[in-house]
Amino acid sequence: MTTVSSAEPTRRDFLYIATGAVAAIGGAATLVPLIAQMNPDASTIAAGAPVEIDLAPIADGQMIKVFWRSKPIFIFHRSKKDIDEARAVNVASLPDPQPDQARVKEGHDQWLIVIGICTHLGCIPLARQGAYDGWFCPCHGSVYDTSGRIRQGPAPTNLVIPPYAFTSDTKIQIG
Amino acid sequence: MSGHSSFEPNNAFLKWFEQRLPILGLLKASFVDYPTPRNLNYWWTFGGILSFMLAVQIVTGIVLVMHYTPHVDHAFNSVEMLMRDVNYGWLLRYLHANGASMFFVAVYIHMFRGLYYGSYKAPREILWILGVIIYLLMMATGFLGYTLPWGQMSYWGATVITNFFSAFPLVGEPLVTWLWGGYAIGNPTLQRFFSLHYLLPFVIAGVVVLHVWALHVSGQNNPAGVEPKTPKDTVPFTPYATVKDAFFMVVFCLLYAWFVFYIPNYLGHADNYIPANPGVTPAHIVPEWYYLPFYAILRAIPNKLLGVLALFGSIIILAFLPWLDTSRVKSARYRPLYRIFFWVFVVVCLGLGWLGSKPAEGGYVTAARVLTFWYFFHFIVLLPVLGFVEKTKPLPNSISESVLKGKKVVASLLVALLVGVAAIAGGHSSASAAEGAPQPPRQKWTFSGPFGTFDRAQLQRGFKVYREVCQACHSLSLVALRNLAEPGGPEFSRAQAEAVAAEYKVKDGPNDQGEMFERDGRLADRFPPTFANEQAARAANGGAYPPDLSVIAKARTYERGFPWFLIDIVSQYQENGPDYIVALLEGYEDPPAGFQLPEGSNYNKYFPGHAIGMPQPLQDGQIEYADGTPATLHNYAKDVTAFLMWTAEPHMEARKRIGFQVMIFLIVLAGLMYFTKKKVWHEVEKPREIATGQDPKATSM
Ligand code: FES
Repeated sequence: MTTVSSAEPTRRDFLYIATGAVAAIGGAATLVPLIAQMNPDASTIAAGAPVEIDLAPIADGQMIKVFWRSKPIFIFHRSKKDIDEARAVNVASLPDPQPDQARVKEGHDQWLIVIGICTHLGCIPLARQGAYDGWFCPCHGSVYDTSGRIRQGPAPTNLVIPPYAFTSDTKIQIG
Repeated sequence: MSGHSSFEPNNAFLKWFEQRLPILGLLKASFVDYPTPRNLNYWWTFGGILSFMLAVQIVTGIVLVMHYTPHVDHAFNSVEMLMRDVNYGWLLRYLHANGASMFFVAVYIHMFRGLYYGSYKAPREILWILGVIIYLLMMATGFLGYTLPWGQMSYWGATVITNFFSAFPLVGEPLVTWLWGGYAIGNPTLQRFFSLHYLLPFVIAGVVVLHVWALHVSGQNNPAGVEPKTPKDTVPFTPYATVKDAFFMVVFCLLYAWFVFYIPNYLGHADNYIPANPGVTPAHIVPEWYYLPFYAILRAIPNKLLGVLALFGSIIILAFLPWLDTSRVKSARYRPLYRIFFWVFVVVCLGLGWLGSKPAEGGYVTAARVLTFWYFFHFIVLLPVLGFVEKTKPLPNSISESVLKGKKVVASLLVALLVGVAAIAGGHSSASAAEGAPQPPRQKWTFSGPFGTFDRAQLQRGFKVYREVCQACHSLSLVALRNLAEPGGPEFSRAQAEAVAAEYKVKDGPNDQGEMFERDGRLADRFPPTFANEQAARAANGGAYPPDLSVIAKARTYERGFPWFLIDIVSQYQENGPDYIVALLEGYEDPPAGFQLPEGSNYNKYFPGHAIGMPQPLQDGQIEYADGTPATLHNYAKDVTAFLMWTAEPHMEARKRIGFQVMIFLIVLAGLMYFTKKKVWHEVEKPREIATGQDPKATSM
């Protein structure tokens, strides 16, 4: 079979490549719903809407836990002593340096709102335990201070501040 | 999977690996080098299609399980939440539900092909019996799966089918109780059915491996029914069979996609959108279409035990086929008498299927008995006798010879199938007008057809009608308030939807004092129930229970009858439910003379039985429309029905839009596949021109 036009194999190859490419695109598109279905569904997303919390019943020095998007949120009504402790440290010496002022809303210095999940591997730290009057995580021993900043242990960063705003002097909206 | 591997990898690692586990060689021998008869026609592609469908069912099924709750209190709702809230959940469920039907379409074609070409004869008896086992497992799996959505058909289908076993003397009753795990179908039954439904597909996959193994030992049968003798009779599996299978698989996917995207509920039952109710049996218990012939056989026999035995026997007898058919000639091409009886048998099966869907009364039962008789007669008498009396045509000496003669026997089987359906059903075209209710008039809907979309203004008006009238008795418990603002629906603005939500009172709690409290509704809430529970609803409605309206547009239908039920597949008429609801809302009249209307009910022309508990809900001028649409009963009925169609199928617009894209894609792919297949097969189909150098399309090898 020597009588071969040189154009022919090219055309044939093009057909094969085009067919293979289109089939591959189809296969990839099929993966979209199979992957997307594992993302949060519409009701979960809707249920993650902002929540409003009334701060009035929380006493000085008291700490409560609420849930937003299935995550525990610590609401800590700090005493004067707690605030002073948090502001007395040399920020530069901290593992994750951040001044206390940056972790609260201006004019509401007594309210510390943090996501109650240890930044190490996700356990919930115990309140008012550990050497810094803040939190102690029983899982691997991370210690947080009264500003929710990491002071000791394996956790790499401070407790995370959720998005929130004061809607009045005694009410916040989280989310 | 037999034979010695000729696979010798060049790569050092592969060589090392292959010496320890020769799996690549096995795969190459089985799916690349494996010789297939060169004269296979497209009916032989269904084996590949079946493997594909099994994979589709397993993959989509695993995904559905991620969202399904196998509990009587949650099963129905979890399926609905999957359809409404999960990303592409509607698509995955419709793929799975229709995939089961497509699986059976393919398996029936595959089986009839085996019957036509005698693929069950020596040396392929074990191959055939493994196939029968796969078919039985498929039937069990399909049945178990159909119970899982826990609708009315799920529940009552499961009740009827498990009761088959109660027919057996002595062991029957304890056996059924054991199957149920209770005194009736209940939560234990649902949970074990779920477990087994998950298990059986993997058992099927295992038997499929044996089936393919047996196939590769004996080799494929072929349309000529003579075994390959020389290498000229065969071509390597890859690329020849692979590309041909792939092409036809894409064509098959077109059919599949048509059902999934355009008529996804056509093969289901409206009753299965009604949650299971152990206290009420639907008027017609009908199994899935793929069991209908056997169901007809069951009902044709007046004795309970014999009926059940006949049903099982009609399937088991297939396993004995290799010995019942005494003819040595395989292919029906060379068996003029068998060929006729084969087609008679096809028509008998279709006829039984049609009768299975009809009520078991009068002429239907007689017809079912005749066809049941023929079904068994075909196997027990006809096939054994035919082998001795039939004068067969001379067989070709080889496959190559049969190809050169090249008669296109595989003519339009599909056309023949349709003619068969028509012939059977033709005589009974008036059957649908039974039930005593007239057919609802066809309405014009913006959402019908492949490009249909909802009319936003109409949905908004319909919602007004629901809120001001229907809501007084009927809940909408599956619909979330946020849905009102989502694309593809009435598309209220977010602010409008929030305002609507705030008008509802939602029960929440307990609060810190341990008490339940009421608060304003939010977008994330579902429509709160109108009544606290069914008893309260009945008490307020004179004993009648106003059904939840969330999926009512899919839970109601009317019988279309022949030939409309076939035409609907092509015309995509899916608005049976909406047409019925409009007719019902407009169907209130004075009862005809002599009609005994029970106390507290009302006469409705379109309601089955005519005595409906609900008094006429809508009258002209009752509700004010802000957009200038005339305030007539007809407009109210249409608007609220359109709204309810949306609540039943909130992702319909996305479904049709994606469907169109998928169809275009599949058509393009099928075209490319076709030409690729032609190119690949060119050397085989035009061997002489190539050999003599006359082929203008010759290619370098
Ligand atoms: S998770 Fe808290 S210390 Fe490891």
